[in-house]
Amino acid sequence: MSEKVWIAGGGVISGIGLNLRECLGAFREMKPGMGAMQYLSSVHRNTFPVAEVKADNTTLADMAGLPENISRTALLSLIAAKEAWQSSGLDDISRYRVGFVSGNTVGGMDKTEDFFAEYLADNRKGRLQQVVHHECGSVTEIVADAMGIRHHVSTISTACSSGANALMYGYRLIRNNIVDVVIAGGTDSLTRFTLNGFNTLMILDQQPCRPFDETRTGLNLGEGAGYVVLVSDSLAAQLQPWCRLSGFANANDAYHQTASSPDGTGNYLAMKGALDMSGLQPQQIGYINLHGTGTGNNDVSEGIAINRIFAPHFPAMSSTKSFTGHTLGASGGIEAVLSAVSVKEGIIYPNARFEHQMKELPFAPATAWSEGNDLRHVMSNSFGFGGNCSSLVFSSF
Amino acid sequence: MNSAEAYITGYCIIRQQGIWLNGQLLWEADRSMDLQEWLRAGYDRFSGQYPKFHKMDALSKLGWLAAEVLLKDAPLQALPPEKVGMVLSNRSGSLDTDLRYYATVKDIASPALFVYTLPNIVMGEICIRHGFKGENTFFVSENFDPELMSSYPAQLLAATPLEACLCGWVEVMGEAYEVALFLLEKTPTGLAKPLTATALNDIYLNNKISK
Amino acid sequence: MADLKKQIIEQLNLQEVTPESIGNDEPLFKEGLGLDSIDALELIVLLQQHYNIRIANPEQGPEIFYSIRSMAEFIVAQQTAKA
Repeated sequence: MSEKVWIAGGGVISGIGLNLRECLGAFREMKPGMGAMQYLSSVHRNTFPVAEVKADNTTLADMAGLPENISRTALLSLIAAKEAWQSSGLDDISRYRVGFVSGNTVGGMDKTEDFFAEYLADNRKGRLQQVVHHECGSVTEIVADAMGIRHHVSTISTACSSGANALMYGYRLIRNNIVDVVIAGGTDSLTRFTLNGFNTLMILDQQPCRPFDETRTGLNLGEGAGYVVLVSDSLAAQLQPWCRLSGFANANDAYHQTASSPDGTGNYLAMKGALDMSGLQPQQIGYINLHGTGTGNNDVSEGIAINRIFAPHFPAMSSTKSFTGHTLGASGGIEAVLSAVSVKEGIIYPNARFEHQMKELPFAPATAWSEGNDLRHVMSNSFGFGGNCSSLVFSSF
Repeated sequence: MNSAEAYITGYCIIRQQGIWLNGQLLWEADRSMDLQEWLRAGYDRFSGQYPKFHKMDALSKLGWLAAEVLLKDAPLQALPPEKVGMVLSNRSGSLDTDLRYYATVKDIASPALFVYTLPNIVMGEICIRHGFKGENTFFVSENFDPELMSSYPAQLLAATPLEACLCGWVEVMGEAYEVALFLLEKTPTGLAKPLTATALNDIYLNNKISK
Repeated sequence: MADLKKQIIEQLNLQEVTPESIGNDEPLFKEGLGLDSIDALELIVLLQQHYNIRIANPEQGPEIFYSIRSMAEFIVAQQTAKA
């Protein structure tokens, strides 16, 4: 049995870059990814900025090596999963016992929408084939097939913590000797469905979002995918792993379908549980990748929970959603990759557009990029609707 | 992942207008009722006094009602809230509600429907009702997977602070629905049936075929 | 205000509440009818659907939706302003 579970690599595609290197460059150069919609067609085109992946489906299909009519969610997923595999130093995938665990919330909704538009206009039209890939699970299957993964394939759908929960499940698959490698993370594409839905909740900012800023008024939606490659001790010994997944926890806030409890109970339990599992004291955490959506409710609840655990020694922290937007089911995966790189290279990511101190909190996010910091342990928070709260801890060797 | 000591201490099955608790048929309604009517009748019979029920989508109502029936005689109040977790699964995610929500978008989109367009909201509703704060996961899989639903909760009970875990299958698409909710605990109370994939599958299949 | 009560009951799916049981000055949120933030958003939809009144800033919600009376007064004021 593997005692530890290691991160051997990672891949990201998001509104700030088509691969991890491009994404890191965007942080370094302070270039957030939100702007007017170019690829999604919506009546809200000029109202709400979004962080779209800067490529049309033809380009993405080309990158992924899949047909163009496949859901964008699957295309993004395969591109990031392939990058993750390639970065790990593992060779022919058929030589290993490999699992694929992917979180997502919209499934093939982008294609379903196209079906509905045609169907509503004329109910004899609309190609049923588009709805076939709707389910969250079939997106995962498409990618697993394309990657040649057969040993274990699972789809997790727990809202915005789906990607983080995929890592937790992947860790356990390795610890229990079910497989030796797991590609774990999440994917989601931008759809009118989610855009309209978040608009009805009145939590979309009409400006670029301002996480942890007193003047924040909501989030910007984004899209993308992010996966890490988790490996066992025996495989890690042959590779150059980035860091290890040393702790995690998930808790239910048990307060409201969408809102966080005022004192961030679920957030607190997740962070506390993750620290306990990794055997760390709060002051050993060097950086926190915040959930930090930019809504009034999330940031104050998350901040209060952080204050309760970390005061008076606050680690550096920032919300990378100020660059990528909120990528929903993908966010836990994308931010896991960013956090793993953070441990490996000592990176503290900037929190864009922070200007005004939140009155409820005694700390402020980092506003500038820095690398080469001595970061032994990094925490990543992902909190979702349904009260689903997850924290992951990544540690150097 | 089957190594730990864990027990099936109770279960609730809902299918074809009937509710079974630990193998006993508790209630079977007139087959002519549609799902929403049946859910309302089930709520009146087994609960009441929880007006938020009426605002839930069908998936949440089904899971909530099963938990209500299952936990009525086996309350977990003695356990700290963070020691009760949940692992649920289904085939259609929240597609049933997604389509209902989508139908409102062309007029005025409904925020109350949108909040249910995620399959894990049913776990949130059960946690809110019973105060559970432990680990939750929701898997989307083609069929009820007794291997996954026994091994993963067993591991959570062995390797995490959880003392009890609700697990199972909560599926709805249109008028087709099915719930198989199991209560798993580390201490052998209630039915105290040792947790194995075979035991879960036998329970799940029992009365499915005879119908 | 009686119409408004019926509309609220329908919009918010308050199946166990009758219009007569809602007091005109009773708080709608928390201790009163026990409504929450999603209900507030549905009330905004109700104003748009039935009265063609748009509220862009949800922060106005608590004041407008304090009670049946405050809501009715807001609707009347908006309609007068338009006329």
